[in-house]
Amino acid sequence: MRIVVCVKQVLDPELPAEEFVVDRAARRPAVANPRWVMSTFDEIALEVALQMREAVGEASVVALTLGGPSADEVLRKALAMGAQEALRIDAAPLGEPDGVQTAAALAAAVRAHLWPVDVVVCGRQAADTDAGQVGPLLAEMLGFPVVTNVLRARPGAPGTLRLERETEEGTEVVEAQLPVLLTVTNAECNVPRMPRVRDIMAAQRKTVPTVGVGDLPPEAMSPWTTLADLELPQTEGRCQMIEGETVEAKVEALLAELERLKVV
Amino acid sequence: MRVLAVVLSSPSDSGWAEVVGAGRAAAQAAGGVLEVAVLGPEEDVTQEVAREAWRGGAERIWLAADPVLHDLSGDRYVAALTEVARTVQPTVLLLRADALGAELGPRVAWRLQAASIPDVVGVRRDPEGALLWIRPMYGGKALAAVRSHRPVTVVTVRPRAFSAQPVRSGDPSPEGIQTVSLEEAVRTVSRVRGLEHRKQEAAGPRLEEARVVVGGGRGIGGEEGFRVLEDLARLLGGAVGASRAAVDAGWVPGHLQIGQTGKKIAPELYLAVGISGASQHLAGVSGARHIVAINTDPEAPIFKAAEVGVVGDWKEIVPRLVERLRERKRADPQDL
Repeated sequence: MRIVVCVKQVLDPELPAEEFVVDRAARRPAVANPRWVMSTFDEIALEVALQMREAVGEASVVALTLGGPSADEVLRKALAMGAQEALRIDAAPLGEPDGVQTAAALAAAVRAHLWPVDVVVCGRQAADTDAGQVGPLLAEMLGFPVVTNVLRARPGAPGTLRLERETEEGTEVVEAQLPVLLTVTNAECNVPRMPRVRDIMAAQRKTVPTVGVGDLPPEAMSPWTTLADLELPQTEGRCQMIEGETVEAKVEALLAELERLKVV
Repeated sequence: MRVLAVVLSSPSDSGWAEVVGAGRAAAQAAGGVLEVAVLGPEEDVTQEVAREAWRGGAERIWLAADPVLHDLSGDRYVAALTEVARTVQPTVLLLRADALGAELGPRVAWRLQAASIPDVVGVRRDPEGALLWIRPMYGGKALAAVRSHRPVTVVTVRPRAFSAQPVRSGDPSPEGIQTVSLEEAVRTVSRVRGLEHRKQEAAGPRLEEARVVVGGGRGIGGEEGFRVLEDLARLLGGAVGASRAAVDAGWVPGHLQIGQTGKKIAPELYLAVGISGASQHLAGVSGARHIVAINTDPEAPIFKAAEVGVVGDWKEIVPRLVERLRERKRADPQDL
């Protein structure tokens, strides 16, 4: 069984809001000394894939990314966590690709370099765009079914996976035919493992193969959506602090505020 | 410009009105016409939702009812929606960005070769007349205005981000309603099959739909503390949520987590109790209309996001608040 995990290098989402700055003209973040990391849900995607490999036995996990040379870092992290192979698609010809372009480049690379594939695993959404589009788009482009918000993946009846997924009301178990694309979300059962120091060292010594974006359909050569503006949300800093000598006085003032806001 | 708001009238879905509201906002911004498509397994439910959609401002209504839609699998709904879109031929197609909508939006967009813009909280028109879709990015640390470059655009709308208020009363004329038959969806065999469902025990409204959410964080200190927050939420007709710290500590189940890696909520009131306000948490509450915070630390970042703040120990304040709300309820059972 061949499992491909799509990973993305993003600006560290743990960066405090006070340090987040944007260049409005360029419509992108302009953070001083940015830290780049593997997107949160992609680490979880990798964990779900590694657990699946351990349950299946005969399986290989390949980490795939679209990015510049610095994105090799997230692939090395994937190797250190336990992926056997890694592949970077050089994003340079696409500039700043949108979701459709990203999915088209991933689909082309999967077909040209990693085929045949049984399972593709993506994070629920990237920690920078928060869009959650690449997984479902990639599934459509590959002609795979998609199961979203997966927590755990195990082998099922022959030719299927048994998947536990989060729903709006709780969880459910579904059986999906292979090949399939999964998007994963976080749960206690899939907290990403910490790579061992020895594996980190070994991953640093590996060279990560790079391929071009390949033959994309002409319509995927330019973005389907662009940012017309990127700004910081208005943080009003108008918090009205409730004063009061006693707990009772504070609660009465709080109740009055809740009444003013028409919630009680 | 033809705007089509799509309502999936599954019996559990009560979020249709805001999709209609979002469609109305888009149609107004673009000077276009709002149409609404209601898809669902039961004809009488779709009829009922259609009437409400008309009151929400729809000029024309499309009904697509078929029992096959009891199967909530993506494959089936993608086929159904694509079929409806090919019949109606809208310029903009809107869906609710719940779990199913988030899957359907990009998939249907690709089948229609349309642009896809997810998780939208606002819409406006730029000076050239193009629609700009407003959506949070970077965990809510930035707001983007996104422009489509395709003739057709599929947009998913963040729950509760748009008005759900009706704009007129009465009923649609029969000519205003057309039906679409779902031949492709009926033929589609889903490649994913549900085996078992495990519903979480939940009293009261779901987190994403609640008008009031009471959130607890590290400061709550344990499971027992969340029982007190549940009392408060019940009295306010709301739901309980939690920060990642409280989930990681094992005090509450993961599906109650609010934040960038959890649920995104947009209630009338978010009451944050013992939550410091890390940006990863605030990413989930940027849609709240009002934020009220209770925290012992006057320097906690949550007070920068809040509109009303109480510095103090929640263990004293919340039980007293619960007591006072109970008194009021006893005095006037209609209250709250």
